[in-house]
Amino acid sequence: MTTATLEGTTREQLWDGRVIDCDVHANVPSIEALFPYMDPLWVEWTTERGWTGPAAVSMAYPPASARACRELWRPPDRPPASSLELLQEHILEPWRTERAVVSCYYGIDYLRHPDWAAALARAVNDWLVAEWLERDPRLVGSLVVPARDPAAMAAEIRRVGRHPQIVQVLLPVRNERLWGQRVWHPVLAAIAELDLVLGLHYGGTGEEAPSATGWASWYVEEYAAEWQSYAAQVTSLVAEGAFQRFPGLRVAVLEGGFTWVPAWCWRMNKEWKGLRREVPWLDRPPLDIVRDHFRFSVAPADIGPPEHLRRAIEWLESDDALMFATDYPHEYQDDLGVLIEALPEAARPKLMSESARAWYRL
Amino acid sequence: MSGRHVVARAADLADGERMIVEVGGRSIGIFNVGGEYYGLLNRCPHQGAEMCKGQIGGTVSSSVPGEYHYDAGRKLLMCPWHGWEFDIRTGQSYIDPTGTRLRAFGIDVEPGAKLVEGPFVAETIDVSVEDDYLVVNLRPRRSK
Repeated sequence: MTTATLEGTTREQLWDGRVIDCDVHANVPSIEALFPYMDPLWVEWTTERGWTGPAAVSMAYPPASARACRELWRPPDRPPASSLELLQEHILEPWRTERAVVSCYYGIDYLRHPDWAAALARAVNDWLVAEWLERDPRLVGSLVVPARDPAAMAAEIRRVGRHPQIVQVLLPVRNERLWGQRVWHPVLAAIAELDLVLGLHYGGTGEEAPSATGWASWYVEEYAAEWQSYAAQVTSLVAEGAFQRFPGLRVAVLEGGFTWVPAWCWRMNKEWKGLRREVPWLDRPPLDIVRDHFRFSVAPADIGPPEHLRRAIEWLESDDALMFATDYPHEYQDDLGVLIEALPEAARPKLMSESARAWYRL
Repeated sequence: MSGRHVVARAADLADGERMIVEVGGRSIGIFNVGGEYYGLLNRCPHQGAEMCKGQIGGTVSSSVPGEYHYDAGRKLLMCPWHGWEFDIRTGQSYIDPTGTRLRAFGIDVEPGAKLVEGPFVAETIDVSVEDDYLVVNLRPRRSK
């Protein structure tokens, strides 16, 4: 069973309560679709070069692969997930989704041109607001940022972050400097100030390897190893004291899995006991901080054998940690029914809607 | 038996120094911190390392990254194995103040003239009436 398509089951059989999907995608259909939202300077800049958009998206998601789009959801005449109508037909209607957090990962992080990157981020955000969010009240969205420039990032967050349907700032999981470091604190400050969620998402700058030590040979390695980058970012945000500096800061780890979290936190807790003098702002064990400040989407879920999954979830020692997601239009073979079964009764509505409702203030 | 053991001449333990003594079958560290004397069991409650051989440092705390509150007067003893910190005055654990504790012993400074009257136990040293002595009290220590 591949539950995201509800094949072989019904929405009611799987879950008869409310559904909030914390990770669905909007793809830019073509660079021309952004022209109405771009300053004429940048329209000309784009056309005179024959530029068709950042290369990052097709590198992170090979266009014809199921990783990019489940075959069933692939429209004949346009890129996957590139219109509101597709999202409504494939996800919002069959799932009777109450709210969905829609993110456009466009790979702006790849661009080195500081002004073009900022202009492109503005265009994507205004396009998302106008053509998606304001056309369907079920949707809330993530804003994107020129992720190499902290001042420009903070400015863009303050420009669009007050829109009532903007709930999240999408930060790519790979970047040149770990997100907890102080150079980014003005960005974290803007996110916290506007009461938005920091959404840590697959992708990132082209220079940074997906593994902790260099480039893999094969796509399968890169794709499967990405959790290492998530772990590095979670570690950085915790160790740098981001949550002591910004006590209201909330992070959503999107597409990073979650079964690695307890084992990583045990190690961090252990080291904190002996090395906390170095990071004295850590006034409690890292796992406690993670429980309070992080939520994890469940697509992909890394769920492994069902008989072991229950234990892995217990290790999180939290009913609040997980948030349901389809990650539309990407394909996974995870069985959501298995995940729901593995959760204690009280945690199931939290997984399917309530944790995301609280996190995104929906 | 009184539970009070004479272990050393006070003059033999200078400020900032420590000594490890065997008393009543226990290994105990005695520390001179600014003229005050403190005794701690030489066994880390975590995994049994010789606790009193660890480094001593001031207390570092912070409420915000980049701001350090350094209290040089409040000394912490760090376990030589895993670095767990304990308050040298009380044996209280810094990371787990209510659940983990290093056993502390009272150290008194007594004049030799008083000690020769008893009921103290001087196992290994001779007591003379002219000097002051460090006395370990093996009974449970009252918090000050």
